[in-house]
Amino acid sequence: MTYEPVIGLEVHVQLNTATKIFCGCPSRFGAPPNGQVCPVCLGLPGVLPVLNRQALASGVKVALALGCRIQPTLKFDRKHYFYPDLPKNFQISQYDLPLAFDGVLEVPETADAPRVTVRIRRVHLEEDAGKLIHERGERTSLVDYNRTGVPLLEIVSEPDLRTPEEAYRYLQVLKQTVEYLEVSDCDMEKGSLRCDANISLKAAGARTLGVKAEIKNLNSFKYVRAALTHEIARQQEVLRAGGRVTQETRLWDDAREATAPMRSKEYAHDYRYFPEPDLVPFSLAQDDVEAIRRTLPELPLQRACRFSTQYGLSAYDAGVLTSEKALADYFEACVRAFGEHQGVREGDRPSPSAEEDRREGTLGAVPGASASERRVRIGGAAKAVANWVQGDVLAQCRARTVAIPALGLPPAHLAQLLGLIERGTVTMRMAKDLLVQMIDTGEAPPSLLQRLGLAQVTDPQVLKAAAVAVIQAHAKAVSDYQRGKGQALKFLVGQLMARTKGQANPELAHEVLQAVLQEQLARQGGPNR
Amino acid sequence: MALAADQVRYVAALARLALTDEEVARFAAQLGDILAYVGQLQRLDTEQVPPTSHAIPMTNVFRDDEITASLPVEAALANAPQRKGSFFKVPRVLEDA
Amino acid sequence: MPDTPLTSLTAHALLDLLHGGDVTPTEAVTASLRRIRALNPMLNAVIAIEEERALARAKALAATPDRSSPLFGLPILMKANICVAGVPTTCASRILQGFRPPYSATVVERLEQAGAIIVGMANMDEFAFGSSCETSCEGPTRNPWDLERIPGGSSGGSAAAVAADMAALAFGSDTGGSIRQPAAMCSVVGLKPTYGRLSRYGLIAFASSLDQIGPITKDVEDTALVMEVVAGLDPRDSTSASVPTPAYRAALHRPVKGLKVGVPKEYFVGGLDPSVDQAMRQALTVFRQLGVTVQEVSLPHTEYAIPTYYIIATAEASSNLARFDGVRYGWRASGTTVPEMVEGTRGEGFGAEAKRRIILGTYVLSHGYYDAYYAKALKVRTLIQRDFHTAFESCQAIVTPTAPTPPFRLGEKLDDPLAMYLSDIFTISVNLAGVPALALPCGFAPGQLPIGMQLIAPPFGEEILFQLGAAFQQETEWHRRKPTAMDR
Repeated sequence: MTYEPVIGLEVHVQLNTATKIFCGCPSRFGAPPNGQVCPVCLGLPGVLPVLNRQALASGVKVALALGCRIQPTLKFDRKHYFYPDLPKNFQISQYDLPLAFDGVLEVPETADAPRVTVRIRRVHLEEDAGKLIHERGERTSLVDYNRTGVPLLEIVSEPDLRTPEEAYRYLQVLKQTVEYLEVSDCDMEKGSLRCDANISLKAAGARTLGVKAEIKNLNSFKYVRAALTHEIARQQEVLRAGGRVTQETRLWDDAREATAPMRSKEYAHDYRYFPEPDLVPFSLAQDDVEAIRRTLPELPLQRACRFSTQYGLSAYDAGVLTSEKALADYFEACVRAFGEHQGVREGDRPSPSAEEDRREGTLGAVPGASASERRVRIGGAAKAVANWVQGDVLAQCRARTVAIPALGLPPAHLAQLLGLIERGTVTMRMAKDLLVQMIDTGEAPPSLLQRLGLAQVTDPQVLKAAAVAVIQAHAKAVSDYQRGKGQALKFLVGQLMARTKGQANPELAHEVLQAVLQEQLARQGGPNR
Repeated sequence: MALAADQVRYVAALARLALTDEEVARFAAQLGDILAYVGQLQRLDTEQVPPTSHAIPMTNVFRDDEITASLPVEAALANAPQRKGSFFKVPRVLEDA
Repeated sequence: MPDTPLTSLTAHALLDLLHGGDVTPTEAVTASLRRIRALNPMLNAVIAIEEERALARAKALAATPDRSSPLFGLPILMKANICVAGVPTTCASRILQGFRPPYSATVVERLEQAGAIIVGMANMDEFAFGSSCETSCEGPTRNPWDLERIPGGSSGGSAAAVAADMAALAFGSDTGGSIRQPAAMCSVVGLKPTYGRLSRYGLIAFASSLDQIGPITKDVEDTALVMEVVAGLDPRDSTSASVPTPAYRAALHRPVKGLKVGVPKEYFVGGLDPSVDQAMRQALTVFRQLGVTVQEVSLPHTEYAIPTYYIIATAEASSNLARFDGVRYGWRASGTTVPEMVEGTRGEGFGAEAKRRIILGTYVLSHGYYDAYYAKALKVRTLIQRDFHTAFESCQAIVTPTAPTPPFRLGEKLDDPLAMYLSDIFTISVNLAGVPALALPCGFAPGQLPIGMQLIAPPFGEEILFQLGAAFQQETEWHRRKPTAMDR
């Protein structure tokens, strides 16, 4: 008997509004305990909630990006349960008229797996709870309410996922999409993105779904994948032994690499939902929704496609460069800067704006010749930029544990560096070292070059002098060369490079050395016999 | 007709309300009467009637996403039955996590 | 018996003296406090006397040269469920023992900004659950007209205090009649404004869709006067209405000739106390003499009002009271685990009526019962609201008794909660419909037991209430009488 896993995910995203969902307290992470609360988010007797319009707007933005339908009239409901981190002992959430419903998220194919289409059941707004701290060895717990009232967006998928790996990829794409919208930090470590999983096993050929377990305490996408893998195995074992899966909530214990049922009876809930009487209903006019739709940026998948067609990048490269919006923005800014740099230098007009690029890309059809010419020219530049950004620049980010926007390497500077390479002013090796210096000092390449005296040596006089010195120092190699041994020339070129601390232009070095050697040969009156 | 005692206990548990046996018995009788009384609403045909959650119809009341002053920590904790530093203190919560 | 003429004045008369500088805020406050201290042992109307705070404010006010603020120096009382920063606001419940809110209700802020001085917090039924002021953990308040009888509830302390001249006016709250019924039973004026007319921010909630704060005063002119100060949109209350506040006092002298008032036939069926019946007939005669047309209207769903109310109100109350768990404020029971501590706190901290309503409310919201009870009640509410809408097509106001009987004896209905609920019959529909209603004195039953009538207007029709009420008070003397039961 084979069983097919059926997986649905509930993701909570903390919105990055300046203030909480129902009061004006800041919603920043990391404030001193209970230093960011007011009567409203503390749920003191007599207080009332008022909805943060930005929270709704951000929620609509996400819903639109997920292809959802926006609820014409949405409302809030009270969800009751008792817990010390919930000041009112009910959470203001949404029950039957949520913000949005009927969306879809496409998870693109990878080398090993096909594309998955995951339907989004609903998206709704609710308030976050506080934090409980359990001190080791104490018989008490401590509560910090700073987090109560931070706006949360809950995104519920249909159970369309079939493997733990699909779940992992879904989460990556979802996080990426939300991150592109710039409405959340999406940081699981900081708790601004959380995930609960629902999983059941369906017997092959059966029409009804199996009993599902809910898994909580999943603090990373990897844990989600691991927990689901474990849970599938566990449920299979139960079913194969003729038993029944219990509908329950289980917690992932990463230390034991297993799920275990929750101990507390907190989760035998009757939430007693009813419409929140302190909040009025909200109706979004078509115009308002469209205004928000117009603020949607190009989404990750679309952008990756465009990078491939517009810049001639491989699917893999396009994927890497669009993995985060800031990275994609940076890449395109560098391409533009490089194009402008080249254009200005050659006296051509500057490359088109990113807006034009985007529109051309998404239009699909091939526009006029000038545009395709532009594309080819940009394509060449783009590949160079792509290599550098994906390679050395990202490596520097990792080494310094900062994100690209915080690296301190303006696109214009990278563009200038690439220009120097292209003109042969610096070697690839030199450029890599220069990059580090550029980030350390924030200086632009030309002035840095000037200051450090790192210009590639191209002066024929300098090179000739160095070549002569090399020849005098390595008479044996010279006579080998004169006897026709090509290897000797390579050796001598290497010595010249070393003598110039690697700053000689390799091609010139080769040329000059050859010329000097020929000269010497001529003076000596022809090749030795 | 009185409610069953375990019904009263079940609901009291949902509401986190500790009741004595005497209270359970007394409430079972009283609530039975009250529920029977309010149950007369069933006589009305409300099939085509929309519900009224808000007496005076209003929609779209918002506040702007602007920071206002929070309470000073001491004010936030001033009424705390028990505290530790800037935290509210409660008996140990049996956390599974 | 202290004879302090200052305290016997209406608010508007006292304000004339305060604005004119003939009386200082300190004098007004001192007189009020003295009267409270003298009479409270008998009445138990005030559960927190704020002498130091009040005198400090009086002194500060007196130091400013400007005496023109609308309520300059006026001594007032707030019902103990309206938050006053730093002052014990306990809802007369043990579970909020010692709770001092770090903020004031919007209405309180507006009153204090206008120069009013809060001299104390008035007694009430615990969490406003009651119609007799007998469920307070501080003991019942007694009716100044007959100390063996209830003052009405839940704003019994506020009404008794105003009737006994302990303050120039007081504020209460009304969810099913809790301002109007005690006002009627103490022979003072009580207004439940249109839902959304006054901010609820800072009112410790009972039933969020029914609650309103409102004034209890010695006459209708005082009602209009103070409503101008407190009414109006509050951005902190999503349910507060963005309807401009009229100059209410302008309505006080508008002639009522030609107005039409309706008398709901369902309200005058058998069971009405004969004294109440007679007082109502007399009142209607007065209106007719003033040129008002009195006609019959129908509110066909009247008999369903109480069941509808008790489902909606207890459901919302059970939810609003969930926050009282001993974690952040108030009473805390011992317990080694949180559930134990919470259950113990709520078991020890709530009185019987509160527990009853919490259980009933939880029940009607619970899985399997929601549709039959709560969802059903919301629909019947629509029918009740439509009844008023239809009735107001043929009249500008509706006249009814406020309570079916004069004030009953202490303890008389305590053992029969359902009987207690049934006494809300005339006031309860008003909250369900969200319309404004004014209770004002219109007679006495034998034994000097006050009777009050109720005027009901369409939404935001407070002006009509003031117009009719003021006209009635021009023609009658009921509101000028003072209780004598406290004289020994």
